[in-house]
Amino acid sequence: MRAKPLFLTIAHRLAILAYIAFALFPLYWLLKVAVTPNDLLYSEGIRLWPSHASLEHFDFVLRHSAFPVFFRNSLIVSGSTAVIVTILASLSGYALSRFNFRGKYWLVALMLLTQMFPLVMLVAPIFKILSPLGLTNSLTGLVIVYTAFNVPFATFLMQSFFDGIPKDLEEAAMIDGATQFVAFRQIILPLTLPGIAATLGFVFTAAWSELLFSLMLISGNDQATFPVGLLSFVSKFSVDFGQMMAAGVLALIPACLFFLLIQRYLVQGLTAGAVKG
Amino acid sequence: MASIDIANIQKSYGIHPVLHDVDLKIGDGEFVVLVGPSGCGKSTLLRMIAGLESVTSGEIRIAGRRVNELAPKDRDIAMVFQSYALYPHMSVAKNMSYSLRLRKTAKEKIASIVSSAAAKLGLDPLLERRPRALSGGQRQRVAMGRAIVREPKAFLFDEPLSNLDARLREQMRAEIKKLHKDLGATSIYVTHDQIEAMTLADRIVAMNGGFVQQVGSPLDLYDRPANLFVAGFIGSPGMNFFEGTYLNGTAPRFETEGGVVIPAQPHPALTDGARATLGIRPEHVEIGAEAPDALKATVDLVEPTGFGIILHLSFGRSGFKAFTNDRRFLNASGSLPVRLPVERLHFFNAAGNRV
Repeated sequence: MRAKPLFLTIAHRLAILAYIAFALFPLYWLLKVAVTPNDLLYSEGIRLWPSHASLEHFDFVLRHSAFPVFFRNSLIVSGSTAVIVTILASLSGYALSRFNFRGKYWLVALMLLTQMFPLVMLVAPIFKILSPLGLTNSLTGLVIVYTAFNVPFATFLMQSFFDGIPKDLEEAAMIDGATQFVAFRQIILPLTLPGIAATLGFVFTAAWSELLFSLMLISGNDQATFPVGLLSFVSKFSVDFGQMMAAGVLALIPACLFFLLIQRYLVQGLTAGAVKG
Repeated sequence: MASIDIANIQKSYGIHPVLHDVDLKIGDGEFVVLVGPSGCGKSTLLRMIAGLESVTSGEIRIAGRRVNELAPKDRDIAMVFQSYALYPHMSVAKNMSYSLRLRKTAKEKIASIVSSAAAKLGLDPLLERRPRALSGGQRQRVAMGRAIVREPKAFLFDEPLSNLDARLREQMRAEIKKLHKDLGATSIYVTHDQIEAMTLADRIVAMNGGFVQQVGSPLDLYDRPANLFVAGFIGSPGMNFFEGTYLNGTAPRFETEGGVVIPAQPHPALTDGARATLGIRPEHVEIGAEAPDALKATVDLVEPTGFGIILHLSFGRSGFKAFTNDRRFLNASGSLPVRLPVERLHFFNAAGNRV
């Protein structure tokens, strides 16, 4: 291949750079406000970096606010939701990919249908359902609701990964002496790790940043997840931007760690299907 | 090792029948090849024997035991797939030993079985590699290794060589034949390649449209094809056919639609004036023979193959091919005297069956 002219390469890089700057600027601003001391927040005008930075907001958020509780709650809810949804979606995605059963068409249609309603419409009925069961104001209730909402999409996601794995492989395993379930567990699942990682990541972030339901179903600080907790920095007369941003920065950490862990599989996952088994 | 009996097997998907009343007895240690064009039902039949497809009606017995309802894992058969179907996340050794590990075979025993199978197939240096680091031929060998470690009752091959290039296919074909000689295992081999069928089989089962067309030894099918389908399918280049009328009388003969009269032997099954198809293999057409019964054919095209020459000839509008090793015909043009020896002619009646 002929080398590209230099100016094209430069233009290409500049375009990417511009996009990255645009996409990451809000994150940068989050960090900037988080390290700006309160006395400089309104007095310095618009600057890219405050004249002196401090970690006082982080200190306050970690030691004097309920943020660690929110954080723990969010970890529990998002982690459990991600794991449960991924397990269910693996099984149902496999079934949709490999089995023909009565009512399959209608099941798929029904699952698509659940994705069509704006969630706001469902808040009241869900509250009505959960309330007599004692599942409002509880993390378990949130996990159940998030799981229900995420399973359909995750199932389709997993199904597409299973579709990419040749059927011959499990047939070979079955002839080698495995039952269908053993073939699924020992042959197919290991090959679907990228898909599992992608699904885990997707569901985890969806649950991590969900605000509407946790706001409606949870009252009080001890069961609140962190998006709800962030609102506690908004009081009647003022918004404590510094602390809010510091909490936001801290909330990014688990999501970043999570993606760092699974990114290897994720990249593989996005190219799955291009590689023949 | 075992015999396989297939009795009145039928298969349909919904209302679409794909196999009609297949009856087949495969003897212990026999190498049977199912051959036919794609969609003829040969792979479906093989998959039914393996247990990967259900049986609509009829019975399959392996070593005398009915297996219709048995799961593939309980049939004690091994299968080699066209796509090889190697487990991508396992090394070659792990691929080969998977079935043994599922059966909880002792570690030392597995090691010795795998190493002897690897030695047989020349896989020793590759045992620790993953399938993606292997060439097509090596993957094919691993797939065979996976089949032989178990000493199953029967081997099933589903177009195992179709993904290989021509040279490798030839080599692996010979290896499969050698392997069968060594192991003497009952084998059923599916292919659409008639050369593979001819070279490997003890017996060929020719199939078309879900029906068994003919069962017999390779030379049976070549010498005495039961119908037009088998006649046209077996042999390369394929048999020449002329449509026309059989005329009895003092000198039995065949008159093609183009009006060419070809002398024939008397055929009691054909009445005077019966519609029929005459077939002759290109390698049996005699060209350049200055005999009194020679016909004049026009040379349309000459295809040298190195081994011989394929001549595209025609009587008027009906074209046919002749195969010869005689290099004098390399530059043939114009017209040539041609003889169709009576003892080499095949006759098929209006229904397409051999008479």
